[in-house]
Amino acid sequence: MEQFVMTFPAACRLAEAHPPRLCGVVSSGNLEVLVESGDPGDACRIEVSTPATGFRDIWAAVLRDFVERQPVGGLRITINDAGATPAVVSLRLDQAMDTFRSEKS
Amino acid sequence: MNAPSTPPASWDGQKRNQQARIERGAALAKGREVAGADIVRLLEAVIEPGDRVCIEGNNQKQADFLARSLVRTDPALVRDLHLVQSVLALPEHVDLIEQGQVRRIDFSFSGPQAGRLANLVEQGRIEIGAIHTYLELFGRYFIDLTPKVALIAAQAADREGNLYTGPNTEDTPAIVEATAFRNGIVIAQVNEVVDRLPRVDIPADWVDFFVKAPTPHYIEPLFTRDPAQITEIQILMAMIAIKGLYAEYGITRLNHGIGFDTAAIELLLPTYAAELGLKGKICTNWALNPHPTLIPAIEAGFVHSVHCFGSEVGMERYIAARPDVFFVGRDGSLRSNRAFSQAAGHYACDLFIGSTLQIDLEGNSSTATKGRIAGFGGAPNMGSDARGRRHPSPAWLRAGREASPNAAMPRGRKLVAQIVESSREHMQPAFVERLDAWELAETAGMELPPVMIYAEDVTHVITEEGSAHLLRCTTPEEREQAIRGVAGYTQVGLGRDRRMVENLRDRGIVRYPQDLGIDKRLATRDLLAARNIKDLVHASGGLYNPPVHFRNW
Repeated sequence: MEQFVMTFPAACRLAEAHPPRLCGVVSSGNLEVLVESGDPGDACRIEVSTPATGFRDIWAAVLRDFVERQPVGGLRITINDAGATPAVVSLRLDQAMDTFRSEKS
Repeated sequence: MNAPSTPPASWDGQKRNQQARIERGAALAKGREVAGADIVRLLEAVIEPGDRVCIEGNNQKQADFLARSLVRTDPALVRDLHLVQSVLALPEHVDLIEQGQVRRIDFSFSGPQAGRLANLVEQGRIEIGAIHTYLELFGRYFIDLTPKVALIAAQAADREGNLYTGPNTEDTPAIVEATAFRNGIVIAQVNEVVDRLPRVDIPADWVDFFVKAPTPHYIEPLFTRDPAQITEIQILMAMIAIKGLYAEYGITRLNHGIGFDTAAIELLLPTYAAELGLKGKICTNWALNPHPTLIPAIEAGFVHSVHCFGSEVGMERYIAARPDVFFVGRDGSLRSNRAFSQAAGHYACDLFIGSTLQIDLEGNSSTATKGRIAGFGGAPNMGSDARGRRHPSPAWLRAGREASPNAAMPRGRKLVAQIVESSREHMQPAFVERLDAWELAETAGMELPPVMIYAEDVTHVITEEGSAHLLRCTTPEEREQAIRGVAGYTQVGLGRDRRMVENLRDRGIVRYPQDLGIDKRLATRDLLAARNIKDLVHASGGLYNPPVHFRNW
């Protein structure tokens, strides 16, 4: 079990408030992603907990690419991983962001 | 002065030897029929030391009773054998080696016994002649590896020894043809002896003995994939394949490898491909086992014909009810034939697409892993350019132009795609700098690393990240970067030259979902035409009868 936080600077801020959104499930090979508004407004803070140790550089690459695709600050993302492959992590993050943006509070 | 050449002492020594064997066997038989209790003695009577023996079996049908009986023979009588057969799949095949009755093996595939086989090779207890593709081994049956004794499996025999091999005819015709017409002995195990067969697949004249097995021959439902296990990543890759490959080339004639990646494509035909207006334009004619996951596409009218290598457990009634699609006899049941379907897949299909375990930087693809000698089966025949092909088709011509745009002599080209998620579970990378096949070749003393599909034959690599159109690469460096460009978060993928990959994207060589107009968010299980086995049964109108362990309702 490994837990860490990565923070990435992001150019644009969230324009409006959104309710938190949860995407995915914690089952083998999958993961749960929770997206919430949060501080600071110019950064995306991602907290990861994963059963697999020793893959932090790959997480960094996956998350960096995600923030590049979705450069949104004022975000707090919590990832509860159950051994998902990087491809699943990327897809789930994109899906979570889509549902997060589509619902205004 | 030259010595006068000496003619052989006789021209029918093998024929007389065959006669002697048949006479020794006949003493234990009633006509051609042998009682189950006498089969071990019969095998001891007809097999001679040093014989080439084929125990029929593929990844589906197995002559399992004859294999078990051979293991019970006296090693002092039945010894020094040279096994020449499609697979070493049963524990009994390897037991025979462990008992010291086998000196050498030539085969195609060893799947479940791959680990035990690798051990025996390392201990020097068995010689491997070579690991073949199916067609290659069948070819050698007619040249230098003709079986002296063939132990085959059939559904039924009549009193005279005519055989009905039925839906799982598979390898039987090729084995029997070679053995029966070259002074060999053919012994069949059958599930039942009947007065009248539904049809004759093998005439009694080619069969020396048959025995009713105490239990029906084993058939593995190897090609059944439960749609419930198909992931969104596999659906995304299927979308990339359909839009970026099938639609682009207008591929109508094809073969799919085994696995969930291609099952996902089959299940997206009536949904995603139909929405793209591709019905009738792609996937009409197949060399394929009767995959249950193809049922929705057949029912949607996508599929015009399917020729099968073997059958699939539970598909019998469905196939019998769709004689316009499948190759069925006048009795109504499927006739499969591995040799013909392999030839068809090689020469008459424009695309092969299949999964793999490892791809290197050139695009060589292998399923060999350390400590397992697994073999190839048919993939190398399907997944290679047919250089003897001469008939044109739009997809083949287009691929040929792309491969050699400035060639003085125009040629066509087969499309060979490898589809694989860049990392498997536990972060096992599918992309590697060096294939495990090299290490396996060293430890097993093989002359060549066991590569399933050579780089020069691979035209496309598809992953969840996108599609690499290797045909359009002009240099080895471009090819390497195109592969790295779809290799995801593996070390190979992370090691890409980002600028070069962007350049390849601009030229349409590396294409990501957004480049193909694919919305990744649509890659959900809602796109599957069937989401579980029960849906497949429904789609078949209740005709598909899945094996018990696939039923969870």
